[in-house]
Amino acid sequence: MNDIMNMSRRDFLKAGAVLGGGLVLGFRLPFAGFPFEAAAAQEAPYTPNAFIRIGSDNTVTFIVNKSEMGQGVYTSLPMLIAEELECDWHKIRVESSPVDPIYNHTMFGPMMVTGGSTSVRSEWERLSKAGAAAREMLIAAAADVWKVDKGSCRAEKGRVVHKSGRKLTYGQLAERAAKLAVPTEVRLKEPARYKVIGKPRHRLDSPEKVNGKAEFGLDVHAPGMLTALVARPPVFGGKVVSFSAGRAKGVAGVTDVVQVPSGVAVVATGFWPALKGREALEVVWDEGEGAGLSTAGMREEYANLAKTAGAVARKDGDPDGALAQAAKRISAEYEVPYLAHATMEPLNCFVDLRGDRCEIRTGTQFQTSDRNAAARVAGLKPEQVNIHTTYLGGGFGRRANPQSDFVAEAVQVAKGVNKPVKVVWTREDDMKGGFYRPMWYDRISAGLDGSGNLVAWRHTIVGQSIIAGTPFESVMVKGGIDDASVEGAQNIPYAIPNVLVDLHSPKNVVPVLWWRSVGHSHTAFVVESFIDEAAHAAGKDPYEFRRALLARHPRHKGALELAAQKAAWGKKLPAGRARGIAVHESFGSFIAQVAEVSVSPKGEVRVHRVVCAIDCGRFVNPDTIAAQMESGIVFGLSAALHGAITLKNGRVEQSNFDDYPLLRMNEMPKVEVHIVPSQEPPGGVGEPGVPPLAPAVANAVFAATGARLRILPMTPEAVLRAMKSA
Amino acid sequence: MIKLTVNGKRYQVDAPPDTPLLWVIREHLGLTGTKYGCGIAMCGACTVHIDGRAERSCQIPVKDAEGKKITTIEGIPDAHPVKKAWLAEEVSQCGWCQPGQIMSAVALLAEKRRPSDRDIDSAMTGNICRCGTYQRVRRAIHIAAAAGAKGGRK
Repeated sequence: MNDIMNMSRRDFLKAGAVLGGGLVLGFRLPFAGFPFEAAAAQEAPYTPNAFIRIGSDNTVTFIVNKSEMGQGVYTSLPMLIAEELECDWHKIRVESSPVDPIYNHTMFGPMMVTGGSTSVRSEWERLSKAGAAAREMLIAAAADVWKVDKGSCRAEKGRVVHKSGRKLTYGQLAERAAKLAVPTEVRLKEPARYKVIGKPRHRLDSPEKVNGKAEFGLDVHAPGMLTALVARPPVFGGKVVSFSAGRAKGVAGVTDVVQVPSGVAVVATGFWPALKGREALEVVWDEGEGAGLSTAGMREEYANLAKTAGAVARKDGDPDGALAQAAKRISAEYEVPYLAHATMEPLNCFVDLRGDRCEIRTGTQFQTSDRNAAARVAGLKPEQVNIHTTYLGGGFGRRANPQSDFVAEAVQVAKGVNKPVKVVWTREDDMKGGFYRPMWYDRISAGLDGSGNLVAWRHTIVGQSIIAGTPFESVMVKGGIDDASVEGAQNIPYAIPNVLVDLHSPKNVVPVLWWRSVGHSHTAFVVESFIDEAAHAAGKDPYEFRRALLARHPRHKGALELAAQKAAWGKKLPAGRARGIAVHESFGSFIAQVAEVSVSPKGEVRVHRVVCAIDCGRFVNPDTIAAQMESGIVFGLSAALHGAITLKNGRVEQSNFDDYPLLRMNEMPKVEVHIVPSQEPPGGVGEPGVPPLAPAVANAVFAATGARLRILPMTPEAVLRAMKSA
Repeated sequence: MIKLTVNGKRYQVDAPPDTPLLWVIREHLGLTGTKYGCGIAMCGACTVHIDGRAERSCQIPVKDAEGKKITTIEGIPDAHPVKKAWLAEEVSQCGWCQPGQIMSAVALLAEKRRPSDRDIDSAMTGNICRCGTYQRVRRAIHIAAAAGAKGGRK
């Protein structure tokens, strides 16, 4: 063990002591079922750590191991603890956890990461038990003081109350409780007794986000800190041949110009001089093989690949035979572009690298990867690197990069300047910086029998693997199939006897990454649009057609029925308006959406209303679910109507919100969210709202105009083209 | 030296005169509630009030702000109906754009006590929210209006 670890551990304990020798509950919880546990224990024999800290002033601090990027984990995870701890909600404070194996993900293996819409699902049991154990220790401490039986005491609102009416606050009991053994078995509440879980709660992070005091990565400041902007190659995979720093150094405020593996960093006293300095910098680039790349050319390559057989992801029955014998056959090609995450807070990372320690402050979703990357770059051990996770001004997957691009680069810059430095990305840097949702091309066919029943389904998917080339490849890519490329297509729920789903994973220099809802962001569009085409070909109502094929998937069906009912499916709409429907399962949740749209003569799609039904099993905060559905719908609509990253001669053609538009207030539909009552295990809510949106809108456009939109985004030009060929 | 009046406080800053007001507010004055989002007045994250009007501080050279009354998110009282409505309606998600949204909303209500949905569209369309809080922004503005927001001039 080394100094930094000891330091952070000491600080932890000291913090507890400062708060009056309070109770710092460190848990390596004695329950089984988490496969990472053994590996994590081996990785660092460092046990005490904490999710809960109770001060003698009665403040209760929850140390949260998930990154707050808008999805509400700084509220939903505390709700899980508070339910069992019986503390006073108004006295809760939240702190971001340091990087430590005890904070590792309970489902993903030995790493600290926020992603996959898993935070509530993966922490439910651990945090409930943490809260319950703390409560039991506080009760035991009170029973000790009063010399009474534990059974005659109960916990409520931050106090232990004896049946005689005597009371002690958690603050008064904290020090004594800290000396007790952590119980090995705790009983969790029956859901019927929940007071916190399942009821709307105000977000704990709202006040500081409304008054401007919330600290995000870009807000980090330290004495003597410098600000750096990096000039990166104009083409992915490009390299610096030479550079001339003279003019850049002539800009007042520029202190250093240093070459790093990703380009040339201009370091200055602030953002503006760094920007001016970078403008003055002269770099000669070797653009490399990427210079020939264009998305138009890639599209042709993908279209050709889609005509050939790929790696088989699923095969049921005899799809080719069934297709050949079908009474009616339909087929189509679908295309979706690269997409940028475009978090509102552009990427940034603060690094203070001194001798044998490295302090990083940034908004990241992937602390373990970033810490390891920082250690490699700095020549330190991971334990000598500390990451303080600030608030994230949006994540959507961009800040969970297995390649740790923005963190590793910032450490490279810090190595070159020997002062605390914050690397800031401009919006343009961020937009052109890669790690996009891959571009996809799909070729899909279906066969119907004489009565309009689906008898065959053949779906070929072409696009880059986001997992290939990362440390996860060996685990997550099997038999040439990256699950993230076929999720949502491979497991279509519809009852079809003959199914083939195959995959081509071409490679190129464009960096790709998970983008809110990952593979589902494209597969749901293709599958849910094409099932609509099939319904039309069968002469059936698209809702009833789906419903009949979902008999064995009650949760899909339940969400579908609720959305249809709330949207008054089948009832007449004003002239010019039409509805479209889609249902999709992702991240353990089942969501159906009905979109109401109209299309102007100029081809502009206007979405007036979206009705959303979600079955996410047992849930914590219904208002968070509503917010995340609203959020996913807006995210999906931005992509459906506007989103496209294109390349020409290796260069990304978009740069800012003028050429990569996001949905704005004047385009906002009315969104209604309905939750299906469910006692199923909890599902995710951060991502699953996105996938059904684009197909629901495209299906509504078809219902309104007869034009089938198979290419995203639905620009007016694309819509007019589709209307002409309809 | 450039003289600025921000949230009623006077400051003297040593910055090149073409520096955007945004970066002076953030880096020289340490008021980081005003956010950078695009640098080209396309997102509204940097919205402040200059003499009561909502302006994009990324587009204003600091020299042009001299002698004017500047208000940032930190200068809007917590008791302001817009901030209260924002909390009641649980508008914020990631939070990055919210100070800009609030500054635009406060300026709107100073102009129009009971804005229509159309007024809200035209006042708020310059503020992007990637988390998609628009529906709640709209609701919060109506609630703040009903609560009698008398404007951003304090």
